Amino acid sequence: MQTKDLEPVAGNGLLHRRAFIRGGAALAAAMTGYIQSASAQQLAEDPWSLKPGATVPDYEVRSQFEKKVVRTLSNPKGEPRTQHARTPHHLINATFPPNALHFVISHAGDPDPDPDKHRLVIHGLVKKPLVFTLDTLSRYPMVSRMAFVECGGNSAPLFSKEPIAADVQALHGLVSCAEWTGVMLSTLLEETGIDPKAKWVIAEGADAPHLSRSVPVSKALDDAMIALYQNGERIMPSNGYPMRLLLPGWEGNMNIKFVRRLELTTLPNMSYYEARTYAPVLPGGKAYQFYFIQEVKSFITHPSPGLALKGPGFYEISGIAYSGTGRISKVMVSADGGKSWAQAALQEPLHSKAFTRFRIPWRWDGGAAVLQSRAWDDAGYMQPTRAQLVAERGETTQIPAVTAFPSQHCNAITTWAVNASGEVKHVYA
Amino acid sequence: MCMPSFRHFFVLLAVVLASNAAFAQAPNLGKPITPAELAAWDINVLPDGTGLPPGSGKPADGARIYAAKCSACHGESAKGGANAALVGAPPMKDMESVKTIANFWPFATTIFDYIRRTMPWRQPRSLTNDEVYAVTAYILSLNKLIGENDTMNAQTLPKVKMPNRDGFIVRFPERIDR
Repeated sequence: MQTKDLEPVAGNGLLHRRAFIRGGAALAAAMTGYIQSASAQQLAEDPWSLKPGATVPDYEVRSQFEKKVVRTLSNPKGEPRTQHARTPHHLINATFPPNALHFVISHAGDPDPDPDKHRLVIHGLVKKPLVFTLDTLSRYPMVSRMAFVECGGNSAPLFSKEPIAADVQALHGLVSCAEWTGVMLSTLLEETGIDPKAKWVIAEGADAPHLSRSVPVSKALDDAMIALYQNGERIMPSNGYPMRLLLPGWEGNMNIKFVRRLELTTLPNMSYYEARTYAPVLPGGKAYQFYFIQEVKSFITHPSPGLALKGPGFYEISGIAYSGTGRISKVMVSADGGKSWAQAALQEPLHSKAFTRFRIPWRWDGGAAVLQSRAWDDAGYMQPTRAQLVAERGETTQIPAVTAFPSQHCNAITTWAVNASGEVKHVYA
Repeated sequence: MCMPSFRHFFVLLAVVLASNAAFAQAPNLGKPITPAELAAWDINVLPDGTGLPPGSGKPADGARIYAAKCSACHGESAKGGANAALVGAPPMKDMESVKTIANFWPFATTIFDYIRRTMPWRQPRSLTNDEVYAVTAYILSLNKLIGENDTMNAQTLPKVKMPNRDGFIVRFPERIDR
């Protein structure tokens, strides 16, 4: 063990990202402060070790002790308005959250399409309009793609003029990541042919709102997919069973669920969601249109509000980074509110436009600390500070409800303050 | 960033592949579909009016339909209720300005498109095209964007000038195909 590994590499106790690997157990023991306490309890056989257990179920659900790990629901009674189900990133440790915890926004509830009757039509400015069944699509060459899907309104509480006391689920729960498997849209468009006049693909779902969004043809031919599987099983009902449009790195709402129709056109639809909803208003009153891209972002999930530290010593700071413009190339972490930074380790393999888990060892001295993470991607984009984002995009004058969406496309740095009791709170720094 | 030449390459590639009769790789399992077979689903309206169906409606007819099928959620005279107001609001100023049809929506065609595909919330696709034109006319008239006796149809609706038509900045122009 090299003693220099015990030396912090940045303020407030951040250690080298490989300190744990280099130093091994001795280092870990040295850092935790309890080398060997003499008070270890004598172990006895527990009741569950003394008899055969339960029958294995055909479709497994998690342990009874994990029932609090749930999505939070904004509209649990399904009243006639949008429903949001937010992923509890602080209660799991996920690069690919389980399907049952994948975030959802549903504008009029989830339909229940019969997979044998569902159809996908491609028409408009094509040479040969075609209709596909789930059965026929299942015979096409498939690809798997690790991709995050994020609501354009995720992280919107950071537009509040004052920090809203909330956890990572409330602030950043409208993003998840999965292995999506399906047929490349380019494969299907080869079959229909494309009229060179086509500039847009208007995608429409089979849900009650017949939700529609317009996608540039170049994106459709680049990496768009008709996804049939989510983490290996058929797509969850709330995520678009039996098929959804996947547009890696682009605004969640554009990834049309229950997709049933793609029309190639000269102009965009200027649908309600693109002309009105996902058009963030700038200071002065003009609004951004066709934002499309979910820009590079990161946030710390462990520790975070609701996960209090239990005494000074060693902790691993861990979080999620992702970018709609490429692969995460670097994540820096600060424990002193951005005065000094240390580079976090990135969990490999690194997928473009997918979650990347970052980790860094930290020796908490029991005093006040201010934790931040900042991400870069391989296209050269850097996550902005909140001050930088607000300078361009503005902030509220009133404190909105944590569930409100004062604006969209917030990718600013998130700050957690740790106090001497180990409690973690959302702050601005 | 996706360079224009790169995008054009893809478009060109697709066109070349599509014009080639022999697809070595494609399974070719899609079934041809005719416009007649697709008619019930073919509901996209474009901002230049493409896709608007035959039919027409006036504000007075729309007011009756609105009272019966829309007011429960959007309030009397569209002043808002459990769901959004469809009239009023001052010009957009910042992120806290309330977006309404008159102060924000850039195209009148979006009103028709959205009502036809999504409304009424509990019974989407239940209105006839004439009824959708009429409700669209009623909302435009309440916002004083058309006259009380104006008829909305496939010719007149795309010509309605929306106040915030020029209120937008395309975020990433290089991502749009021209």
